[in-house]
Amino acid sequence: MDTLRLYFRYVGISVRAQMQHRASFWMLAISQFLITGTEFVAVWAMFDRFGTLRGWTLPEVGLLYGLIHVAFSLAEGAGRGFDVFADQVRGGEFDRLLLRPRGTAFQVAAQEWQIGRIGRLTQGLLVLLWSASALDIAWTPARVGLAAGAILGGACTFYGLFILQATLAFWSVQSLEVVNTVTYGGVETGSYPLSIYRPWLRGVFTYLVPLACANYFPAHALLGRADPLGSSSLFQWLSPLVGLLFLGVSLHVWQFGVRHYRSTGS
Amino acid sequence: MKTPLSAYGAVLEARFRTLLQYRAAAAAGFATQLFWGLIRVAIFTAFYQSGSAAHQPMSLPEVIDYIWLTQAMLMLQPWGVDPDVRNMVRTGTVAYELLRPVDLYWLWFTRTVAQRTAPMLLRAVPMLLVAGLFLGLRPPASPAAALGSLLCTATAVALSSAISTLVLLSLLWTVSGEGISRLMPAASMIFSGILLPLPLFPEWAQPVLQALPFRGLADLPFRVYIGHIPAQELIGVLLHQLLWTAALVWLGRRVLVRGLRAMVVQGG
Amino acid sequence: MPQILVQDLRKTFSIAEREPGMWGAVRGLVRRKHRTLCALDGVSFSLEAGELVGYIGPNGAGKSTTVKVLSGILYPDGGRCEVEGRVPWKDRIEHVRRIGVVFGQRTQLWWDLPAIESFDLLREIYGVPLQEYRAVRDELIERLALSPFLDTPVRQLSLGQRMRCDLAAALLHSPSILFLDEPTIGLDAVSKLAVRDFVAGLNRDRKVTVILTTHDMDDIEALCNRVLVIGGGNLLLDGTLAELRAQVTRERWLTVDLEGSEEEARQLDDPEAEVISHDGLRVRLRFDPGVVAPAALIARIAGRYRVRDLFVQNPPIEEIIARLYGNAPG
Repeated sequence: MDTLRLYFRYVGISVRAQMQHRASFWMLAISQFLITGTEFVAVWAMFDRFGTLRGWTLPEVGLLYGLIHVAFSLAEGAGRGFDVFADQVRGGEFDRLLLRPRGTAFQVAAQEWQIGRIGRLTQGLLVLLWSASALDIAWTPARVGLAAGAILGGACTFYGLFILQATLAFWSVQSLEVVNTVTYGGVETGSYPLSIYRPWLRGVFTYLVPLACANYFPAHALLGRADPLGSSSLFQWLSPLVGLLFLGVSLHVWQFGVRHYRSTGS
Repeated sequence: MKTPLSAYGAVLEARFRTLLQYRAAAAAGFATQLFWGLIRVAIFTAFYQSGSAAHQPMSLPEVIDYIWLTQAMLMLQPWGVDPDVRNMVRTGTVAYELLRPVDLYWLWFTRTVAQRTAPMLLRAVPMLLVAGLFLGLRPPASPAAALGSLLCTATAVALSSAISTLVLLSLLWTVSGEGISRLMPAASMIFSGILLPLPLFPEWAQPVLQALPFRGLADLPFRVYIGHIPAQELIGVLLHQLLWTAALVWLGRRVLVRGLRAMVVQGG
Repeated sequence: MPQILVQDLRKTFSIAEREPGMWGAVRGLVRRKHRTLCALDGVSFSLEAGELVGYIGPNGAGKSTTVKVLSGILYPDGGRCEVEGRVPWKDRIEHVRRIGVVFGQRTQLWWDLPAIESFDLLREIYGVPLQEYRAVRDELIERLALSPFLDTPVRQLSLGQRMRCDLAAALLHSPSILFLDEPTIGLDAVSKLAVRDFVAGLNRDRKVTVILTTHDMDDIEALCNRVLVIGGGNLLLDGTLAELRAQVTRERWLTVDLEGSEEEARQLDDPEAEVISHDGLRVRLRFDPGVVAPAALIARIAGRYRVRDLFVQNPPIEEIIARLYGNAPG
């Protein structure tokens, strides 16, 4: 409880600092809204031309698109601390965190929230809400719960990826961009049904980075579609939990990285 | 005493050298773009296999060529301004640039050219090779198309640098500059064809897309390469790129004069 | 049982050697060449509660490695280390509650916030009860004279002001041990004195153990009665300043200010002393009091030259340390 309160104290400070530069904040938020908005324009243009994507309609794909974009923007906003972490390690700032009587992952997580990411969040929510109303789905509490669970599961997975990326910085700060293949690449892939990809790519986003569990599988339960990949209804309902598992594993890898840092000092 | 032209040459060379040092970052960027290209090819293939592919303005192999050219030429796009100059503007040390005996506009323009071309060459060559050998990128449609696309790409570098320099100059006004430097990449992403090949946009949008300068950055050179724009129309294509470049350079020089005046008034 | 016990502490680092070129970078991901660097090669010492010791040595001698191990940041490779009966790296969180650390070149304060808000946040991080916190904070504010700039964002403070705030920040949770790493670096003379006074008072009145690493020998002379000198991963000396001097050299310096011309000053010499510097009319000589008594030397010089002023002094501590390293292996 005490930890949670401290977390929000930290976050409050970071948000307040950003609000001092109000013009910057709005600029970031609006430009992000427009930039990510163009991505959906491209999706729409393709449906305008082809009508369907392997039997999926625009609102159905919009559901996938909305879920993954909202999840990503939440993780991106809250996980900003891990994003800037490479610079901290390089500057020796990590020692300071080790000198405080709190967990290191907690301190990194709490140090910054980037509220300008609200641009992508808004865009994703708008697409999600439009799809939800355009689709013929009875939004029972259970289905709303599943959608929220999918978003949280996805946010946990992305957050885990940010942690893994930051952990890499204990070894090398030069090639961190590689992780973008599964973060930004994951957003792009997850905006369309997983079944259109080749098996190896499906495998990457199911077993290695389980974003499909927060997106493709629960979306089938929401849409009441039969999955050509053959997942069961029970799995579709429970799959968002995999995101929590992924986050847990990432935190363990983080601890491993911290141990490495503390034994090598670099 | 150095002639001004060789001074610009020195700037160009220095920028090239510093950028080429980041080889590991380039390798990581290459892997990222490769992966990204594979995803995009999968998505477009799925669309073409679902709907009526027959009446589309581009065939699937043409779209796949277009995608790999996009991945190879991504660094040519006017994204991100020269971080050194950005810092100079932010900290006010830009005033020192005024002390150099060269034309400030061309100095910054030259830096931007280097900023665009060094990383592009570093990524484009391996990407074209890998995509050409293994991933379905076809060679240029004809010798004329090959030559034409080379010319168009060179002009695209100038066009991209003119846009970037304009963005850079907008930073002389802090707040609006930040907005412009964030929004310009968004505009170029959608209107250049990077996000979606321009011919695939709805018919009613085509006149607007054709008038804007951005298609000179990607769409025109790519379609000349593919042969989607016949070699006979090359003159018109180059004219479109060059006229826009000239217009943006002219605008940039006007903005520079205004910006410096604003800076002096601020006392910065 | 001493408060801090260090026995045969060892730490080696393995440094990756970068291979040139793109292929080297790729291969570096899989296998790297390494070179080992011995930072601590069996260091032992112990400190009692309430001591104020200077920990000195050149860059790369193992100073910061020792401080990092003692403060729980790094795991050593071997040896024993206990601080108040606790092993720092095994029990990091409990350990860091009991210590304070100030890095002269970095701040632990939040850059965009006034110092007072950083203090409040640190209270929560360390879980200090509110009553206790207020008492400690107010005393620190008074002793360090922070009130005029408590509400200014830290980024706008001068270096001296910031360092005083950093000292307060490191002490809010009333640690019994304080590590100071170059606390006076870059400070103006007045701020340096203020920092020294504060540290001396803290040690005297609160019995806080202070471990000070510094390059500024004036800090050492003003504050520490005990010094630990480290070089090449080994402890070269552990003793008082006087012992340090005695062990390295007995020599004294005689500084002479002459009347007359600089030409004359340049010609000054003496059979039993060695001229080490000329500066205008000022000449400095060194001599061994075992060979020539100071009084005899002074009388001889004053007889041969027109002397305006002269004085005898100990060589500055920098000189002694440099001499010590000259004798040391590595």
